[in-house]
Amino acid sequence: MQAVSALTAKVPPLLELRDVHKSFAAVHALRGVSLALHPGEVHGLAGENGAGKSTVVRVIGGEHRPDSGVVLVDDAPVGFSGPRDAQRHGIAVIHQEPTQFPDLTVAENVFMGRQPVRSFRRIDRASMNAKAAELFESLGVPIDPWRVTRGLSIADQQIIEIGKALSAEARIIVMDEPTAALSTVETERLFRVAKRLAENGAALLFISHRLEEMYEICHRVTVLRDGALVTSSPMADIDRDTLVRSMVGRSVEQLYPEQTGEAGAEALVVAGLTRAGVFADVSFSVRRGEIVGLAGLVGSGRSEVARAIFGVDPLDAGQVLVDGERLPLGDPRAAIRAGVAMVPEDRREQGLILDLSIERNATLPRLGAVSRWGLVSRAKERSLAAKWADRLGVKRRRLTDPVATLSGGNQQKVVLGKWLATEPGVLIVDEPTRGIDIGAKVEVHALLAELAASGIAVLMISSELPEVLGMADRVLVMHEGRLTEELSKEDATEESVLQAATGGAS
Amino acid sequence: MIKPSSRESAFAGRELGIVVALVAVVVAATIARPSFLSGQGIHDLFLNASIIGLLAIGQALLVITRNIDLSVGSVMGLTAYLSGQLFLVDKDLPVIVVVLAGIGLGAVCGAINGALVAIAKVPALVVTLGTLYVFRGIDYAWASATDTTQINAYQMPQGFLDLGSGSLLGIPNLTLITLVVLGLTAYALHNFRAGRELYAIGSNPDAARLAGIPTGRRVFSAFVISGGLVGLGGVMHAAYFGTINASVGTGRELAVVAAVVVGGVAIFGGSGTVLGAVLGALLLTTITSALPILGVPAFWQRAVDGAALLVAISLDRAFMVRLAERLRAERAVRRA
Repeated sequence: MQAVSALTAKVPPLLELRDVHKSFAAVHALRGVSLALHPGEVHGLAGENGAGKSTVVRVIGGEHRPDSGVVLVDDAPVGFSGPRDAQRHGIAVIHQEPTQFPDLTVAENVFMGRQPVRSFRRIDRASMNAKAAELFESLGVPIDPWRVTRGLSIADQQIIEIGKALSAEARIIVMDEPTAALSTVETERLFRVAKRLAENGAALLFISHRLEEMYEICHRVTVLRDGALVTSSPMADIDRDTLVRSMVGRSVEQLYPEQTGEAGAEALVVAGLTRAGVFADVSFSVRRGEIVGLAGLVGSGRSEVARAIFGVDPLDAGQVLVDGERLPLGDPRAAIRAGVAMVPEDRREQGLILDLSIERNATLPRLGAVSRWGLVSRAKERSLAAKWADRLGVKRRRLTDPVATLSGGNQQKVVLGKWLATEPGVLIVDEPTRGIDIGAKVEVHALLAELAASGIAVLMISSELPEVLGMADRVLVMHEGRLTEELSKEDATEESVLQAATGGAS
Repeated sequence: MIKPSSRESAFAGRELGIVVALVAVVVAATIARPSFLSGQGIHDLFLNASIIGLLAIGQALLVITRNIDLSVGSVMGLTAYLSGQLFLVDKDLPVIVVVLAGIGLGAVCGAINGALVAIAKVPALVVTLGTLYVFRGIDYAWASATDTTQINAYQMPQGFLDLGSGSLLGIPNLTLITLVVLGLTAYALHNFRAGRELYAIGSNPDAARLAGIPTGRRVFSAFVISGGLVGLGGVMHAAYFGTINASVGTGRELAVVAAVVVGGVAIFGGSGTVLGAVLGALLLTTITSALPILGVPAFWQRAVDGAALLVAISLDRAFMVRLAERLRAERAVRRA
């Protein structure tokens, strides 16, 4: 590692960002970011959600143009006209969720737009398939080039993306959270490939939320916070605590409220929940006044379990009891009647109707209570919405403004308010603070703690480990569709949860 | 692991399925009336399917890219009317000039649709629903402005009418035209980058953009080509029937879309073949011809077309659900 760092001081960078700024409407996503990627080096990019990592990726990949500042490839300034232009400069981006053509074959996915041709510019299928097979062989990951990509695992799809990058002779390879949905074995396989790429002279930009991975594979790390560059240093020169502090900018404890709730009776009991191929034999309970965190990697089945409890997704086996009463499966209306509320993962897609007003959104599940003879009473609607908006501290101009005009954090509060208006006994929240700023996060956390204290049983799903550790009284960990670990607040640490989540435990 | 060819063969199976259905209909009709399978009978079956088959090829190109063209009936009417009008102006006009004019006008209509979809980013369903009425309106306005409600066979040159009714080596001219277009299109879709890119666009539009495919240009081109084919179809219609008024082709769009979907082109794009689309057209027209022979009153024809469409879509859906279940089960096995 040291040798490489010494080397890169002399070798000019393949790609460089200099003082890049980028804004989206009112949001200043990047404020003066500089970054240099050297051949043979794996460069880590760290930062919390919303720190601007994805924007950096999009600028490098040619999807966004910087408002000011320059991008240089081989010391020459470039202004990418689009993704294809960036590709022509030898840049390849491997997204967290690879984007493929499910109806086309693996080889076609690799070579789309660059298929080898024979006379009259006809596609040379034999050569294309042979080249693809050769490519996967060289990566040490045999994937059949003739099969369609529909149904391949995310890990295999990423390997295809890497194959795509190699076949395009990319020298600058950006991996945007590639390991988020991978098992330990798959991650190791990816790292082997990545190291080989670097040894062959490529420059890699690697993004991950798992700091261990950064230490394992990166030579250098750059930290972003709120769109600005905090620090950039050789990986060997920065210890874990310093790294975390520079990412968060404050000590983690301050973000989470004091838990005061006394755990009461079991409000939600699930036993033996199974859905073939998605999750199997999941059993746990949540008491009144308790916040239970459900952790696990993306794709481990967390959200699917929540959706099945609420009755949105079907179940093959198992039962759900709310306050001792058995819920009919696959019936969200029955779940709502029994006092279960669910705040879904994607508030824009599933939680809100963006074009409707705040008050309309807030009272949607409670129209019965604000109606008389089937007609909605505007006055009742308004007073109910106002009550919850005030209690939750939704910052708004008028209740009649469309929800789309609110910030992400305030939108999330409207979603919460909408379900709290149903006066639930069990609240399921999926990624409650995804994509909202840190101030709003603190408020949402305080709100969840307050709700638990008032006697609601809260099941919280989150990909952000600090959030799970800071909020939950108990942590359940899922790995590949199974509940692998249950940890008390005392035993739950970043290491123990990650171990269980990646299948390291047992 | 699914075998590399399992899905491809399933779709080859789709074309096989249409052929099986086709044979079943023909056998049933032939038992009821043996002349159904005479030389003349087969000749008629192919002739009936030729024009709609040609339209289905163009429509398939668009559906593969996750688009649709509902204005094909109106464009066909407009170009059929154009060919008649050209002969009214000069009966001695060479046939090839009229054919090219029809293709040209169709391509212009396609370009208008394509520009609104690809540049103005309006969904194709809405754009072509609008142009369906606009093009038909122009057709009627033209007929009333020239005070010509109907153009008849005697007003057209014999050479033109021969194009529609003649045949070469026993195969009707119109069928030959459709077969040639089918061969060229199928070959191009399979062997050229632009062809594969149409599938890529329909399979995942965002990924297509990220892969640097000029999606707008490709979709625009597909509309122009499809429009040109519809224009050719309009001219063929004029030559075949010899009688043209401003309402030619009314309602054909639904039959064309039905043929494409029955032929196994996924309505949300990304998969299917032009061969399937043409076979779909042949199946639907054959069913139409067979119904009266089988003693089904002609007014049931539309209902049967609709039923064929529903059966085809249900089969597709069932297939996709089964595939998804198999993939889930495989993953479960791998985990265990």
